[in-house]
Amino acid sequence: MNHYSLWKYILILFLLGLGILFALPNLYGKDPALQVSATGSSAISQLTEFQVSTALEEAELAFKAIDIGPDSLVIRFNNEESQLKAQPVVEQSLGRNYVVALNLAPATPGWLDSLGAEPMFLGLDLRGGVHFLMQVDMAAAISKAEEAYRADIRSSLRAQKIRYKTITRHKSGGLLVRFKDDEERDKGQALIADDFPTLDAVLAEAPSGESQLRVTLKEQNVLDTQKLALQQNITTLRKRVNELGVAEPVIQQQGLSRIVVQLPGVQDPAVAKKILGATATLEFRLVDDDHNVQDAIDGRIPAGAELYYQRSGLPILLEKQIMLTGDSIIDAASGIDGESGGPNVTIMLDGKGAKRISRGTRDNVGRRLAVVFIENKIAVVEKEGQLVETKQITKEVISAANIREQLGRRFQITGLDSTQEARELSLLLRAGALAAPIYIIEERTVGPSLGQDNIDQGFNSVMIGFALVLIFMMVYYKIFGLIANVALSLNLVLIVAMLSMLQATLTLPGIAGIVLTVGMAVDANVLIFERIREEVRNGNSPQASIHAGYEKAFSTIADANITTLIAALVLFSFGTGPIKGFAVTLSLGILSSMFTAIMVTRGLVNLIYGGRRLDKLTL
Amino acid sequence: MQKTRFNFDFMGKRKIGLALSSLLIIISIISIATEGLTLGIDFTGGTLVEVGYAEAVELDLIRTALSHSEFSNAVIQYFGSANDILIRIPPSPGLDNADISHRTLRLLADTGLNPDLRRVEFVGPQIGKELREEGGLAMIYALICIFAYVALRFQRHFSVAAIAALVHDVIITIGLFSITRFDFDLTVLAALLAVIGYSLNDTIVVFDRVRENFRKLRDTTPATVFNVSLNQILSRTLVTSLTTLLVLIALFIFGGEIIHSFATALIMGVLIGTYSSIFVASPITLALGITKKDLMPVQKEGVEADNMP
Repeated sequence: MNHYSLWKYILILFLLGLGILFALPNLYGKDPALQVSATGSSAISQLTEFQVSTALEEAELAFKAIDIGPDSLVIRFNNEESQLKAQPVVEQSLGRNYVVALNLAPATPGWLDSLGAEPMFLGLDLRGGVHFLMQVDMAAAISKAEEAYRADIRSSLRAQKIRYKTITRHKSGGLLVRFKDDEERDKGQALIADDFPTLDAVLAEAPSGESQLRVTLKEQNVLDTQKLALQQNITTLRKRVNELGVAEPVIQQQGLSRIVVQLPGVQDPAVAKKILGATATLEFRLVDDDHNVQDAIDGRIPAGAELYYQRSGLPILLEKQIMLTGDSIIDAASGIDGESGGPNVTIMLDGKGAKRISRGTRDNVGRRLAVVFIENKIAVVEKEGQLVETKQITKEVISAANIREQLGRRFQITGLDSTQEARELSLLLRAGALAAPIYIIEERTVGPSLGQDNIDQGFNSVMIGFALVLIFMMVYYKIFGLIANVALSLNLVLIVAMLSMLQATLTLPGIAGIVLTVGMAVDANVLIFERIREEVRNGNSPQASIHAGYEKAFSTIADANITTLIAALVLFSFGTGPIKGFAVTLSLGILSSMFTAIMVTRGLVNLIYGGRRLDKLTL
Repeated sequence: MQKTRFNFDFMGKRKIGLALSSLLIIISIISIATEGLTLGIDFTGGTLVEVGYAEAVELDLIRTALSHSEFSNAVIQYFGSANDILIRIPPSPGLDNADISHRTLRLLADTGLNPDLRRVEFVGPQIGKELREEGGLAMIYALICIFAYVALRFQRHFSVAAIAALVHDVIITIGLFSITRFDFDLTVLAALLAVIGYSLNDTIVVFDRVRENFRKLRDTTPATVFNVSLNQILSRTLVTSLTTLLVLIALFIFGGEIIHSFATALIMGVLIGTYSSIFVASPITLALGITKKDLMPVQKEGVEADNMP
């Protein structure tokens, strides 16, 4: 009685060994490091490594090691001071096509690393950083897609000589095509159905004497458009985050219209927010100097023109026709204008854009070209008693300068307020425009000081709670208490090992989950030990009592743990971020405590008491 | 008759328990209905900014700094110590949410003291609404799943009683949050679900023993079976509650201010959960008229008889 077969001991030792191995990397701490990643066409190679090490040696900055990976280079330092000093040195040696980010690299020894053992992945609330949840404005994406069909529908109708009056936007979405009579309208409807299989054209209610069609995207087309907008936005955000130089960013789709962005270690959320959420783009239009601006302000805007305002607040009339949009810009760099001394942005266009602008400026030398800065902002307004987010679009003319000569692929714009603004604008133009506006609907920023506090406090409370339980168990159950304590300690090691192995995110509520598990994990042992005591009181022999105690407590433990596991799983499937972290540690804790509290303690009890003649149990 | 260390007449006192529970539930419901909950920004939407100063600051200084700004309706309070300030800005029309934290910090810097930004949480009105709905749903799903499991493993009467005890625990814990006006946020919701897990754990242990004793003890009334069972496992109930409370108190004291409401909810929940498995779940099962017949083994549980002393 009370014997474990050899294979059970081997299994226990194997699992515990595995657990200790995978928990080990958490003991080594982290090195301050720089993470170099390539943007655009450049790549990480031996050459990059050589450039970096030469530059650091020249600057007499000591470094620990350089690890070369497939898409990044990690340079480790002995302290933060040399890390910070080295950043500009490395940046300069590599040039603009590389991003150099501050990072903490795990100091896991090579042999553990090669086994795939890594330290736990800390959540933003522990390491500090910014978490954004962004909503993609799908309505805008749809109307943009509808707009794209406008010119195509027009040329199709013309080609078939179907007479229509105008194509405008329908007030409840879609395009509105107005026809002279029903006959033309029916022809138009048939044509759209033939030529544009992804569009729906339905009769719209029209005032008498008119016939109208409302053209909208078909459902599949709507879904595809939304998917594309989301994908494009994720790509653009990724580029922008790369430009910001953040190590280990997370950019993920959430649901059908949302994007999660997590930027660990970012200390100034304001800049990150501005860059990520910015929908700033440019438009180039000719200035309409033929008409009177005052008339336009009074409401008589001449045909073919639109009223804009400059940064100074002065009104200006621009031609309705857009010469060029920001989409054609492939590169942009900020600098200082040689003549005025003010900030400027040098812009490089793609082939199509270059053709358009040279054609547009050729015949207009001497006229003024305006640069319009367009930005989407989101504000909360009250609508029908509820607070809702709405878009606000600001359009400003940042410069309106004389065209001195025909423009080509490369030219400069001026008129920006500060070098900071010039830098941000060039960054946005480089990373490309967002396919649809996005706005932040949730933000959680944790400063680095609070992150460290959270780690310390979390660690302290786990340790103190743990110590209290150990002392109590030892006093109350004596030798059996010690056995339970060994199991409890191994339980903690196993939880850490599983979290490291799964690379699940450890958050502050996650630590709370561990604390709670520690408290609840002893429950299984309490159940077993109380049962053994009962059996002894009922006059059974010590050996029989141990056997019966484990046997009878098992189904109770299983039932109790499974129900708790159900609650934890529901929590996991519902939870966001930190809550998920809690659910994960709670579930893992339940599983590992079942193993340690039942198998490990039984193994120990059998080793100590098994096969011996016992008169009394110290319990 | 089994020997037990304790011999309390729990079932005899069940009327007292019933009265106490009813009273607590009524108070809780009244408070929730009239006072409501102090919902955190997770559920209401809005912005929360936590700043840390090198030394203790007067709240009035911060109030004055913000009073003549767009944030005049902000709620300002200490967070943990006099060095830490929590500023809550409710969602309001016309407020551009993109850089509230930035503008707040700028206003605070105008006072001459430069605080350290410790935390910003911004939740849009839409997200707040979603989290509210999802939170409620999670609670209901958890209860349904548990109901199904207990019905499957035990028996319908137990299932009903277990759920009743859980609802009892949840209502009273929420009620306590309403009365004390502690912040009810996402972490508290997580704590409530953990309380459900814990309380249920406790209830299951009781039921398990009750089921066993119904099969084992002959010629006893159901009330006696419950009494014997509760007494047999009383020391386990107390020890487990104690160890759990020990770690929770450690969490409450050393875990930092952020985790406070979470730890509070769990401490309250563990106390109520322990009470409810004795004074709510058991009497309800009894009142539902459980008998020996309901529990006679369907499976091969007869081996247990061999172990009888």
